[in-house]
Amino acid sequence: MKQFISFIKKEFYHILRDKRTMFILLGMPVVQIIIFGFALTNEVKNARIAILDQSNDAATHSIRAEIEASRYFEIKKYLHSYKEIEKAFQSGQISLVVVFPQRFEQDLLHFNKAQVQLIADASDPNVATTLTNYASAIINDYQNRITNNRKLPYTINTEMRMLYNPQLKGAYSFVPGVMAMVLMLVCTMMTAITIVREKETGTMEIMLVSPIKPLKIVVAKAVPYLLLSIINITSILLLSVFVLDVPIRGNLALLVFESILFTLTCLAFGLLISSSTASQQIAMFISLVGMFLPTVMLSGFMFPIENMPVPLRVVSNIVPAKWFYYIIKEVMIKGLGFAAVWKETLVLVGMLAFLLALSIKKFKIRLA
Amino acid sequence: MKAGNYIPGNGGVTVNNIVKKYGAKKETIQALRGVSFEVNRGELFGIIGPDGAGKTSLFRILTTLLLPDGGSAAVDGLDVVKDFKEIRKRVGYMPGRFSLYQDLTVAENLEFFATIFNTSIEENYELVKDIYSQIEPFKDRRAGKLSGGMKQKLALSCALIHRPSVLFLDEPTTGVDAVSRKEFWDMLGRLKMQGITILVSTPYMDEASLCDRVALIQNGEILAINTPQGVIDSFDKTLLAVKSRRMLPLLEDLKAFEGAEDAYPFGEYHHVVLRPGITDTHAMSYLSQKGYEDVQVQLITPNIEDCFMARMAKIY
Repeated sequence: MKQFISFIKKEFYHILRDKRTMFILLGMPVVQIIIFGFALTNEVKNARIAILDQSNDAATHSIRAEIEASRYFEIKKYLHSYKEIEKAFQSGQISLVVVFPQRFEQDLLHFNKAQVQLIADASDPNVATTLTNYASAIINDYQNRITNNRKLPYTINTEMRMLYNPQLKGAYSFVPGVMAMVLMLVCTMMTAITIVREKETGTMEIMLVSPIKPLKIVVAKAVPYLLLSIINITSILLLSVFVLDVPIRGNLALLVFESILFTLTCLAFGLLISSSTASQQIAMFISLVGMFLPTVMLSGFMFPIENMPVPLRVVSNIVPAKWFYYIIKEVMIKGLGFAAVWKETLVLVGMLAFLLALSIKKFKIRLA
Repeated sequence: MKAGNYIPGNGGVTVNNIVKKYGAKKETIQALRGVSFEVNRGELFGIIGPDGAGKTSLFRILTTLLLPDGGSAAVDGLDVVKDFKEIRKRVGYMPGRFSLYQDLTVAENLEFFATIFNTSIEENYELVKDIYSQIEPFKDRRAGKLSGGMKQKLALSCALIHRPSVLFLDEPTTGVDAVSRKEFWDMLGRLKMQGITILVSTPYMDEASLCDRVALIQNGEILAINTPQGVIDSFDKTLLAVKSRRMLPLLEDLKAFEGAEDAYPFGEYHHVVLRPGITDTHAMSYLSQKGYEDVQVQLITPNIEDCFMARMAKIY
C-alpha cells in the first residue's frame, strides 16, 4: 500500500510540475464550453437580408415590420429590381431576399391568394433551410392573423411543442458532447502518454527491475487522471448551469456516477494504447485517431447517428462516447432516472472490463 | 544446466552459454554468441568491451528485462527466466542511460525508489551514506538539473537503497569526468567490502585494473576472463613505445613494419607489438632507414590496455 501511495504521489509531482500541461488539462474544458456556448452555434441570429418590395402597400409593410422585429433577421437593404438580387448575393452580405410581387395586397384581398418569393443563399444549406423556415413562419403568422376573423371550411392547425429544450438551445446538446470529448482527451491521451513516457526515458526499465507489480503501476498511473477528470466534470457542470443556463434535470449523483464510469473506460483505453506502443508520438496519434475522431464523428454529438448508413451505425456502437452521450442527454436534459439508462450503463461497464483486462494482459513485464 | 542446479542465495552470478538475437529471421543480429562466466559473491567483476559488443544485452538478460534466445543464467542462485520476480526483489540495476525522474528532486527520487522496494531511506542509510552525503546538500534540486557526476551518484544511491545482493552497473562512468570516475570506483571498492556482488560494464579499458576480475567482450563473444594481473602476465610479447616529431607518418610506417604485429597510438607514444624474434634494435634500424632521426624507442612492460588491444586484434 505504501508503494502504491508513493507511486501516486510521484504521478502528482509529474502533473503539478508540468504547469503548461496542467493548464491545458484544466483550462481546456472551460475554453471549449465557452467557445461552443458563445461562438460556435448552429442557431441563426441576426441574419442580414434584403427586401424587394414591388407592391409597397399596407400588407407588405406590415409583414416587413414583423420580419424586422424578429431577432432572426436584420433588413440590410431594400432592392428595386430583380437585377439587384444577384448583385446583393454576390456582395456576400445578404443571405436571404424576400420578394413581394406587384399588387400583393390587392391579390390577397380580391383573389384570396398572393405570392411571396424567398430566395436564399444555399451555399450553406443548413443556414438556407433555417432562414426560409423562419421567414415562412413569420409570413404564416401574418396570414393566420388576417384569416382569424373569417371561418375557413377546412383547416388543420399544427401545434408544436419542443420538449426538454423549448428554446431549441444548442447548448443542450453540446454540453454532453463536450463532456465526452474533454474526458476522452484528458483520460485516454494523457494516460497513454504518461506510461509511454516512462518507457522513453528509461525509468520503466528500473521500475520493471523492482518488486512493484504491473497492476499497481497501471492503476497508480490512472488515479491522478481520474481526479483531474472529476475536477473537469465539476467545472463543466458548473459552467453549463450558471453560464449557459443548461439545467441538470436528473439526479446529480447518477450523472457523476455515469461520468466516472465513462472516465474509467477512457482510462482503460489509454492504458491499452500505452501498453501496446513504444513512443509518445505513436501513442498520441493512436489516441487521436482511435478515440478523438470517433468521439466527434460517431457519438451523435455533431452528426445524428440516425442519418448514417448502416455500416457506420454499426461501428458507432463500439464508440464508448456514443453511449455516454446518450446517457448524459437522458439524465441531464430529460431528467430520467437509472431505469432509463441501465442498458447503456451496462454496455459501458462491459467495455471497461474488456479494455482493462486486455491492457493488464498486454502490459509488458520485460523490455521488447 | 537446469535451473534446479542453482543454489538460491549464493550471491553469485552464473552465465551459461547465453545467446541473444535481435531482428526478424532475414536480418538477425547476434548480440551474444554463447557467453559463459561465473562471478563469485562479493566480487567486483568488470565486463570490458567496445560499444556494440553486447554488454547492455547481457545486463538486460541478467536483470530479467530480456529473455535469452539460448543458454541459461542465474543471479543470486535464481534462474533469470523462471524466478524473475524473486530476482527483481534482490538486485540493484543502474542502466547506461540516466533513468531517474528528472522532474523529481534528489530526495524525492531516493525516497520513491526506497518505497517501491518496500524499504525506507532510514533503514539502509548506512549503505548509501558514503555516496548520498555528497549530493545531500542538493537534495531539493531537481534531478534533471544535476551535473553528470552527481547524477551518477544519485542513480547509484537509488540502485543501492534496498541493499541488493547483486548490483548491475551498465557503463556507469560513461560521460563522467575523470575525477568523478575515480571517486565512483573508490565507492565501488567500499561497496564490495559490504559483501555486495558487483557487475560493472565499461568501454574504458583503463578501468579494468580496478576490478577483481575482468571479462573482455567483443562482437558478442568473451575473449578472455582473468584477473587484471593475470591478463598482463599472460601477455608474452615484446612491446615498444615509440615517439618522434612526426607522429602521423610514424604510425603509418610502424604499421607497415614487417616485424610488427600491431601498432596503435597510445597517449603521446605509439605502441608497437613485435613479432617473436624481433627486437627493439630491428625496429630502430628500420626507422632510421625510413629517415626518422629524432626517434625515441623504449622497451616497456605492457599495461592492461595493451593486452586488450592485442586480444581484440586477435594476435594472441
